[in-house]
Amino acid sequence: MDVAIVGVGLHPFGRFPGVSGIEMGAIAIRRALADAGVEWRDIEFAFGGSYEVDNPDAVVALLGLTGLPFTDVYNGCATAASALTLAADTIRLGDHGLGIAVGMDKHLPGAFSADPRQYACPLWYGELGQFVTTKFFGMKINKYMQDHGISHSTLAKVVAKNLRNGALNENAFRRKPMTEEAILGSPMLNYPLTQYMFCSPDEGAAAVVLCRAEDARRYTDKPIYLRATTVRTRRLGAFEVHSPWLPVEETVGPTVDASRAAFERAGLGPEDVDVVQLQDADAGAEIIHLAENGFCCDGDQEALVADGALEIGGSLPVNTDGGLLANGEPIGASGLRQVHEVVRQLRGQAGDRQVPGNPKVGYTQLYGAPGTAGVSILSR
Amino acid sequence: MAPVPVAEGIFTWPSDEPQLIGSRCTSCQIVTFPVQASCPRCASTKMEAHLLARRGRLWAWTTQEFPPPSPPYAGPTGDAFVPFGVGYVELGGEVRVETRLTVADPEALTEGMEMELVLVPFRADEDGDEVMTFAFRPAD
Ligand SMILES: [Zn+2]
Repeated sequence: MDVAIVGVGLHPFGRFPGVSGIEMGAIAIRRALADAGVEWRDIEFAFGGSYEVDNPDAVVALLGLTGLPFTDVYNGCATAASALTLAADTIRLGDHGLGIAVGMDKHLPGAFSADPRQYACPLWYGELGQFVTTKFFGMKINKYMQDHGISHSTLAKVVAKNLRNGALNENAFRRKPMTEEAILGSPMLNYPLTQYMFCSPDEGAAAVVLCRAEDARRYTDKPIYLRATTVRTRRLGAFEVHSPWLPVEETVGPTVDASRAAFERAGLGPEDVDVVQLQDADAGAEIIHLAENGFCCDGDQEALVADGALEIGGSLPVNTDGGLLANGEPIGASGLRQVHEVVRQLRGQAGDRQVPGNPKVGYTQLYGAPGTAGVSILSR
Repeated sequence: MAPVPVAEGIFTWPSDEPQLIGSRCTSCQIVTFPVQASCPRCASTKMEAHLLARRGRLWAWTTQEFPPPSPPYAGPTGDAFVPFGVGYVELGGEVRVETRLTVADPEALTEGMEMELVLVPFRADEDGDEVMTFAFRPAD
């Protein structure tokens, strides 16, 4: 059974003192309901994703205690992809016809920290200062740059592009463009990545209303079809975050596996995609993920960035709403923010950042610790 | 003021020629670091201790130029923090171990360079004892 998205809603991303994660979730849900033209009491089931909010389902206290089945999910940086996948699968199972996926989070400023033992790593790995996600990102892009000829200036150009796109997005956290020089000149955190080449954990919420494809026109004259959603975890030999050791045998990462499976299910290829949202937790990640998702070959990114191909008006627009670099990363909401942007783009409702030429197919990708990826493909 | 290892069982101690202690699966021969009780490739629980080579080649690297969030990080912070290198060193053609590097200068680090194991002071513990950890330095 095919699934359609008939409503999207967002609470802006950023920092909102005095507003709780649950309250942001409720606002995102109300906006998604209004977008779909339905009431909360019409919603038959829900999935809610969050890292900081123990029980996203508590949002019913702010919306109405209708008794609906509401399941909370947490799956690292792929939390939102998991909520969306489960919501779509619930419709495919046939039990329910109209549901919602919501993500909400409210992080403190600063790098994430956790007990390494919760990630099947030894305690000493954390004590020594190696249980650090940003260090993995630095190591992965540093190796990639050496192996495939990517320059430091390309890293800065990716950040500058995403901040420019963020400046056009009223819901973004960072809306001030920066020069390449200022990005390259900010303090080095993990070579070759400087301070402004990383996104920040922040706050926000996003929600998506889904229904059976055959019912979609009851709610909207611009349904967006969810052609595929996939989640994959790492296989032995992938170069992944929080790995005290790696085997000598090498294999591709979970993003590659999730992407290939999603394209196969959708019956589409990278050449069919008109607008792309990638996990750009750092500038290097956007570059690597372009290739891992099949949008170019390793090393082609240098020319794609130089030629402006990834800009809103380019041949392969990437992170048109500013991505994680401009929006920050409220973990539970981040992937649904990507879906929100793609839906707006495919409907022709993206305003100043509208991709020209009536984009027909959109793509989103998430990646996070300890090696989990989620992909979705949407089309008009 | 006796030096103590950062953890038991990750390198031979005391030793004039320290080696990292990994494990090898007796079914499929994969080598892990540190020791683990089950095999991540074939799921066997028959793993045996296996000492790793003291020299190898740098496979990937970066620098850690800010104090990691604490906890879990237990080393020097604030003005006492000294940036360090981090990388994977391939040992004996059988495993890549993530490790501190004694060098944090990008100009002095190159993929493929020969590295060797050393034990270095990491911090002082509550009793004033020097806590030692493993690291790799460029080999001569
Ligand atoms: Zn085995």
